[in-house]
Amino acid sequence: MKSTRVVRSPGGLSVRLDVRAALVVVLLLLAALAASVVLIGTGDFPISAGDVLKTLAGNGNAGQEFIVNELRLPRVLVGLLVGASLGLGGALFQAVTRNPLSSPDVLGLGQGATAGALVMIVLFSGSATEVTVGALVGGLATGLAIYLLAWKQGVHGYRLVLVGIGVSAIVTAVNGYLLTVSDIVDATRAVVWMTGSLSGRDWEQVWPLLGLCAVLVPLVLVNARGLRMMEMGDDVSGALGVRVERVRALLMVAAVLLTATATAAAGPVSFVALTAPQLARRLTRSPGPNLLSSLCMGAALLVTADWASQRTFGADQLPVGVVTGVLGGVYLLWLLVTERRAGRI
Amino acid sequence: MNRLSAESVTLAYDQRVIAEELSVEIPDNSFTVIVGPNACGKSTLLRALSRMLKPNRGRVLLDGQVIQSMPAKKVARTLGLLPQSSIAPDGITVADLVGRGRYPHQGILRQWSTEDERVVQESMAQTGVTELADRYVDELSGGQRQRVWIAMALAQQTPLLLLDEPTTYLDIQHQIDVLDLCAELHEEQGRTLVAVLHDLNHAARYATHLIALREGRIVAEGAPNDIVTAELVEEVFGLRCQVIDDPETGTPLVVPAARKARAATAAS
Amino acid sequence: MLVDSPPEQRAETAPAPPTRRAIRAFGLLLALAVLVLVALASIAIGAKELSLEQVWHGLFQDTGSYGDVVVDERLSRTALGLLAGVALGLAGAVLQALTRNPLADPGLLGLNAGASAAVVTAITYFGVTSLSGYVWFAFAGAAAVGALVWFLGGSRSATPVRLALAGTAISAALYGYLQAVMITDEAALNKMRFWTVGSLASATDSTILQVLPFIAVGSVLSLVLARPLNAVALGDDTAKALGADLNRTRALSMLAATVLCGAATAACGPIAFVGLMVPHVVRSFTGPDLRWILPYAAILSPVLLLGADVLGRVVARPSELQVGIVTAIIGGPVFIFLVRRRRTAQL
Repeated sequence: MKSTRVVRSPGGLSVRLDVRAALVVVLLLLAALAASVVLIGTGDFPISAGDVLKTLAGNGNAGQEFIVNELRLPRVLVGLLVGASLGLGGALFQAVTRNPLSSPDVLGLGQGATAGALVMIVLFSGSATEVTVGALVGGLATGLAIYLLAWKQGVHGYRLVLVGIGVSAIVTAVNGYLLTVSDIVDATRAVVWMTGSLSGRDWEQVWPLLGLCAVLVPLVLVNARGLRMMEMGDDVSGALGVRVERVRALLMVAAVLLTATATAAAGPVSFVALTAPQLARRLTRSPGPNLLSSLCMGAALLVTADWASQRTFGADQLPVGVVTGVLGGVYLLWLLVTERRAGRI
Repeated sequence: MNRLSAESVTLAYDQRVIAEELSVEIPDNSFTVIVGPNACGKSTLLRALSRMLKPNRGRVLLDGQVIQSMPAKKVARTLGLLPQSSIAPDGITVADLVGRGRYPHQGILRQWSTEDERVVQESMAQTGVTELADRYVDELSGGQRQRVWIAMALAQQTPLLLLDEPTTYLDIQHQIDVLDLCAELHEEQGRTLVAVLHDLNHAARYATHLIALREGRIVAEGAPNDIVTAELVEEVFGLRCQVIDDPETGTPLVVPAARKARAATAAS
Repeated sequence: MLVDSPPEQRAETAPAPPTRRAIRAFGLLLALAVLVLVALASIAIGAKELSLEQVWHGLFQDTGSYGDVVVDERLSRTALGLLAGVALGLAGAVLQALTRNPLADPGLLGLNAGASAAVVTAITYFGVTSLSGYVWFAFAGAAAVGALVWFLGGSRSATPVRLALAGTAISAALYGYLQAVMITDEAALNKMRFWTVGSLASATDSTILQVLPFIAVGSVLSLVLARPLNAVALGDDTAKALGADLNRTRALSMLAATVLCGAATAACGPIAFVGLMVPHVVRSFTGPDLRWILPYAAILSPVLLLGADVLGRVVARPSELQVGIVTAIIGGPVFIFLVRRRRTAQL
């Protein structure tokens, strides 16, 4: 147990700490915060990092205060929370399904949320908040529909995937239809939303996300030990006293809620849910679901990608989803090359 | 009364019924071995006894209580299981994997006590994997890996231990290694062991109590010396054979009849 | 034809018993008859209803009357639907066998992304605006991505996992590019939103003639590959032991799938779901033998595609719904129904 430290109290209590994993969490958190400060300073009206920090502490001038606190801070907070939710949701999905390439999209959450958002944008020309609510309803309704349609004396994993494909195909067709009947302005807005974007996000989006994370993250972390055991298969973990079915159901619901809310807030930002847990695992080099590090990795990834998009293409020219999509492709290629070289695939 | 028993259980996967109205008693402090032909329900019975499979009817009792109604961790401190299929997480070390056997003894605020540490060391020593402690499980040979998994089950420190075909995929020397280890656990530590074994001769040599299953029913049970006869083997496995005394241990040794002799009786 | 016969576990080694073979052959004929009916319906039904007499007139005694012109137009549309359907069904079946993934479709190997990226490039940077102008771009895009995936997947040492990973990676990057262009170029978005759903409406004789040779070659190649792919399905080692040339089979399968999908997508846009659904459904009643899966898929895919096209013309009269939308909306529920009906043990 090279990298594991155990802290014991005289009363017989003990806490185990994986030093490397803890270090990774701290570093990722710092990276995410640093990127956030830089991102707040980036835009048509650039502000230096020092001034950003000063303004956040309440010592800026009036103009800076308005830009930082009203315009850019909520946007960055949404980015952090969305990234964190996607990272954690992805890690949960990959651990529960024991498939490192699975993501909540098996449940059609992305397509469903898109349908909800598109209905609001195209048919009702809805406000940002209405679009968010529509996306949330669409995502959850699609997830629920797939689950119920796959239910037949229990939900079988493969049947869930198949039904998910069927429902996603239908919803995708509806989305395509909505795009063809919309006027061009709405269509542009819809495509931006479908790509995943943080632009124009304000405090209204921050609070629900924050509230949900405040409830779900602790709930998930409390069940993390059971999830660690479940890596060894249902039988072994069941024999060790894990209530496999209950832990699985609870964590799946949490993952769905986290992903659906994040998608509703920022659109279906691709690849964060898939890559954040994988990258986190490579950094911590430890088995286990790596929940906290995935969460921090997701937040750091999304904010950094948004900053990269703004720096490369100019303020609010391209939504963050373009960058995460391309980065996702590059990551998969890198994975292909390294895994091949290691002879694993 | 014995600690572990099944009372007229009906076992089924989906609609496929494996066993009906099956009752089994596991004698305390025995090394019980379940044998039978493929698909006779022996692994299914073991899964039911270890609460991995809920009986459609009937009940499995552990210390007089219905096993499903007991708190999961409490059962896990009494009864351990080494299933046939288990997955070693990527990049886990031997010591870490064995340590995971301590789960039922831990809690959020009691994650790794000195007792845990001691038991893990002890379990690795007993199974002879102490030198492998810092190696990755993926790098081990089949025999080493099986001993690591047994060490994990031992670290659970349960008076009852169930093993589902612990010798599959091992070569003959490692098969005997694993069975010797089981015999030791049974004789020196007084644990009750229940194993499903493929090899009838291994079963007859190591078991103190043998249960012969066929099509979900018990055909015979008792000490190997009392029940293993040519008639029983023919009835359970449909194989003509002679049963002689094992020259090493005096336990029954099953020698299948020669092909020609079997063909001759089949023709007559 | 969706009789619930138990799935066959034996592949090539044991020939199916004569009765089962007879049933399958009969089923194939029945499917063919349905296809003919659907094709006739596709000519007769539309914004303007035609009587069977008028259809006959237009087909065999063309005098240039209004009815005859309509028949001509619908004839090319039906022909394109037939071709595209055959191509998508065969390509899906070959891809699923090649990747040993029962859920593989052209999207998995990035072919659709390649075609889409090429078309958006054509619109934005080359000023191409007509549907027939997209054909070569789309085909080239799909072919380029097919080759790239093959190369990245390890060419001669390609394995199903590597191919899928390479396809997903390239798709991701290309869709990023596609979205970036659509967001910044309104004209491109305006064209692409119609092209990406997939439609048969643009069918012209020249388009058909452009893609016909590719689809013909690809179809023959697929059917020839049935036997070696059956061996490959048993796993690499067994396939080699049976004497199958693994590398050649993989390379040719990839080629066939790329050519077929590329041609279909070039002519009608990326029609999703047909290539995935039809072979998957077919397998549930033919079993894993590709010598049956391929012909069934080749016949039933155009049935779905043409049926959807007819429906799309009827429900939204006088305008119409694109075929890509309708195939998913009627195919999706059918697929889910079939998935639910099967027992878990067979999945």
